[in-house]
Amino acid sequence: MTQSATATDTVLSVRDLTVDFPTGDGVVHAVRGVSYELRSGEVLGIVGESGSGKSVTSMAVMGLLPKTARIAGSVRFRDEELLGLTDKEMTRVRGSKIAMIFQDPMTSLNPVYKIGYQLAEAVLAHNDVSRQTARRRAVELLDLVNIPQPDKRVDQYPHEFSGGMRQRVVIAIAMANDPDVIIADEPTTALDVTVQAQVLESLRAAQRETGAAMVLITHDLGVVAGQADRVLVMYAGKPVEIGTVEDIYYNPRMPYTLGLLGSLPRLDKREQERLTPIQGGPPSLVNLPPGCPFTPRCPLAQEICQTREPDLEPVDGSGFTAAGLRIHLSACHFKEQVARQDPADLFTATATDATLPAEFGAAPGAVEIVDNNNGTEDEIR
Amino acid sequence: MHDLPTEDNQSTGNITPSAGPVEREFTVQARTQFQLIFRRFLQHKLAVISVFVLVAIVLLAFVGGALWHYKYTDITPDNSVPPSGTHPFGTDNLGYDEFARVLRGTQRSLEIAFTVAILATVVGTIWGAIAGFYRGIVDSVMMRIVDLVLTIPIIAAGALLGHHFQSAGWSALALVIAGLSWPAVSRIVRGQTLSLREKEYVEAARALGAKDSRIIFRHILPNVIGQVIVVVTILVALAILTESALSYLGFGVQAPDTSLGTLISAAQTALQGGQWWLFYFPGIFIILICLSVNFIGDGLRDAFDPSQQRVRA
Amino acid sequence: MLAFAVRRLLVSIPVFIVSTFLVFLLVTWGADPLAQLKAKNPPPSQAVINAMANTLYINHSIPARYGHWFSQLFFHGNWGPSIQSGIAIGQLLGTSLELTARLVILAMILAVILAIISGVISATRQYSKTDYTITLIGFLFLSLPVFWFAILLKQLVVNMNNSLNWYFISTYGANTPGLSGWSAFSDAVGHLILPTIVLAMSSYASWSRFQRASMLDVLGSDYMRLARAKGLSRTRVMVKHGLRTALIPLTTQVALDTAAILGGAVLTENVFGWQGMGTMLVTGINAGDFNTVLAWLTVAAIIVILFNLIADLLYGVLDPRIRNA
Repeated sequence: MTQSATATDTVLSVRDLTVDFPTGDGVVHAVRGVSYELRSGEVLGIVGESGSGKSVTSMAVMGLLPKTARIAGSVRFRDEELLGLTDKEMTRVRGSKIAMIFQDPMTSLNPVYKIGYQLAEAVLAHNDVSRQTARRRAVELLDLVNIPQPDKRVDQYPHEFSGGMRQRVVIAIAMANDPDVIIADEPTTALDVTVQAQVLESLRAAQRETGAAMVLITHDLGVVAGQADRVLVMYAGKPVEIGTVEDIYYNPRMPYTLGLLGSLPRLDKREQERLTPIQGGPPSLVNLPPGCPFTPRCPLAQEICQTREPDLEPVDGSGFTAAGLRIHLSACHFKEQVARQDPADLFTATATDATLPAEFGAAPGAVEIVDNNNGTEDEIR
Repeated sequence: MHDLPTEDNQSTGNITPSAGPVEREFTVQARTQFQLIFRRFLQHKLAVISVFVLVAIVLLAFVGGALWHYKYTDITPDNSVPPSGTHPFGTDNLGYDEFARVLRGTQRSLEIAFTVAILATVVGTIWGAIAGFYRGIVDSVMMRIVDLVLTIPIIAAGALLGHHFQSAGWSALALVIAGLSWPAVSRIVRGQTLSLREKEYVEAARALGAKDSRIIFRHILPNVIGQVIVVVTILVALAILTESALSYLGFGVQAPDTSLGTLISAAQTALQGGQWWLFYFPGIFIILICLSVNFIGDGLRDAFDPSQQRVRA
Repeated sequence: MLAFAVRRLLVSIPVFIVSTFLVFLLVTWGADPLAQLKAKNPPPSQAVINAMANTLYINHSIPARYGHWFSQLFFHGNWGPSIQSGIAIGQLLGTSLELTARLVILAMILAVILAIISGVISATRQYSKTDYTITLIGFLFLSLPVFWFAILLKQLVVNMNNSLNWYFISTYGANTPGLSGWSAFSDAVGHLILPTIVLAMSSYASWSRFQRASMLDVLGSDYMRLARAKGLSRTRVMVKHGLRTALIPLTTQVALDTAAILGGAVLTENVFGWQGMGTMLVTGINAGDFNTVLAWLTVAAIIVILFNLIADLLYGVLDPRIRNA
């Protein structure tokens, strides 16, 4: 059966996960082959822009995708294969072995039930205890996430809580049953920067208390830097680089990662240096052209990039795992050239993605902003 | 309710390399939007079929009635005859040709219904838009008046006033029904206006120096019109049902004129006597008109706002 | 919560008073109580007409008439004289209201239950055959004239009763006189079946579509997702988190439709020959009976405002966010 739990025990193992959504416009390949291992107690940051598939991956792990989704691959929690379990079997796992935190705290909590009720509900779903015990646990949990006056707050409604506090409640719910994995899907995106710190602190507390491993999904590199042990960068439904935080931040080997770092405002850079955003937008996941999906936006793009999509391959000179595998992997034909480049050298410091007056974007959905990818003005259609 | 963020559909944006002049005029966008709406409407099979059905009924009532060789006032020698070649809908016990009467009734009912729909929609839209746009005390007063009118059942007030105006012809009846139907429209338009006011693109337009009139006409009104058109269709159906109910009770269209409701009222005893044709045909016409109008309204609702999850009926 | 209820109640009272004034204006405009008298053949003398006018307090300004009527009703419990012979308005109201109340309340309950069930089924099986069928049936009932459906049903049941020789489902009247105890009760039930079904159907149609939309809104919400992420069973999530929240808008909708249901009751009673509020109104209007029609509309206003109040309170119970509003 299972080996004895060690500090480097693999808790979650995702292998070649693909998710397709059949839609009226064609099949959307939201996730195109994601693999990662999550070890006990570690924090894996998954970084990517909207549409990269990072949230869909996690929803697939939890089994919360709509019935129309076609999922393939393998998701193993310890030794149990999760894909293919019935919904009833998954309810055993959700909330007690793997817990999830969602993005928008303002809508994550049911407005008609008290906070204490919603916390106790999580406890009672997986433990055969009395209501009083569950309630006591609720107060305890609120205290763990630093909600002041938890015994009073437990009888209040969500609308009496601020956004940051609500998110902390959601975190409390996630840790209620001491899960082994906590998946935090953009936990701070909807919050002010000042509140983010509190929420991140609560996340750390949750991790400490439960000893859980965490998957932290975000598009904010700043958040990842402070919290994660390893980072997985996703683009267009596939991982394009994975490594430790140091690997990714100091030795990025994929132009996309480099570009992301270049568009991040940093206090330690010279004032005069401009940000270098990556021009253009992510590709459509319905009719993906062959080759590397980043090609249209990549400053290093060559012909091979248009024909052959690069696999994740080890970066020379990086560290090894206990099992002898490289930690730092990158999916780029020219990963050597990326080494030690400055984002400003590869990406031009202009923003020709003109931000058009909102007037022309009046009717949502009726206008597409088309990027010509060659520095000329965008079209509106 | 209109901006549901869906977690499961993550594909956004498009990069399509293509050339073409940059078209910045709003008018181009408006045309494009209309085409979008039209195309979405066409996806509704039932709605499209309903358009044809409705047009057919309208033509039948207005044109067919004039062309038919019997008039609704003609008394033929055939009494209580079931449907046949000469009398497709049969005759009643006085010898009136039922087909002519149903067509006439349909014509009358449609005239009233469309008049009601247009009147009530115009009044209700203006009322609701003003209330929603200015908010505050203006809104409170205006909507309290709406609430007051809505405490009175339409059939009751309609019956009372219909009885009072019974010698005044069908336009008076239409006015009465319209006068009782506009509050419902104003509620819907007010709600829409209130939420549209707060949209970010209105704020953005304001921030860029757009005048009030531009905001109202380019941003708020086009988005309200969608809902309003849908409301018009609902009103047509409601008006037909109300008018026929009032006519059935005797407070609507008066003899010698006829409407579908009056025909049904007269057919009650006939039905007991086995003369089913006098009862079913008028009823089926009402049902067909209402069904097609409702389907069209549903199709329009989906065409204007596809983000709402609706059954493609 | 109590403060909320009291506040709502206090607001209703001035609304009701203004409503009665509006209704008074309406009836003054629309009903001519002297018309029938004047139309008699041979025409009565001026003295007779004047006498009638005095009894009805007609020869005064509208505010004065309104004040007279208002004080008569609310301080003396007097609904005013009816011009129809042998009718005491208060008594008539009592018997009529009792009958109509049976019908309306039962129909509303039936419609709500059916609407919730079909709305939930439709939403959870969105785009399935069941969904389409339910939606189409809903559209059909929305397009069906109440009175036509009533007549149709009546005729069908008459035929059925005759061929089966079983007459439990009655097709006319509200009850058979001269019964008591259990037989009176079951007789009343038999008479209730058809009118209740008819009256419930049109409300059911619109409420079911409404509930479906409301349910779909809720099904896509974040808190439903979180509830599932907690590991709660599908049923529990659907009922405790989905239905509970989706029912809230329905309560307002039901209250808003009260006036329409009263209108439907008028038609239904007419077809099935019930001597309820519907008949009272129709006879009153035809006779130009000012006070009867006025009484009817006043009671209708009370009912509508009352139901709106109940809905407001229910909303406050169901949705804690608005209790401080």
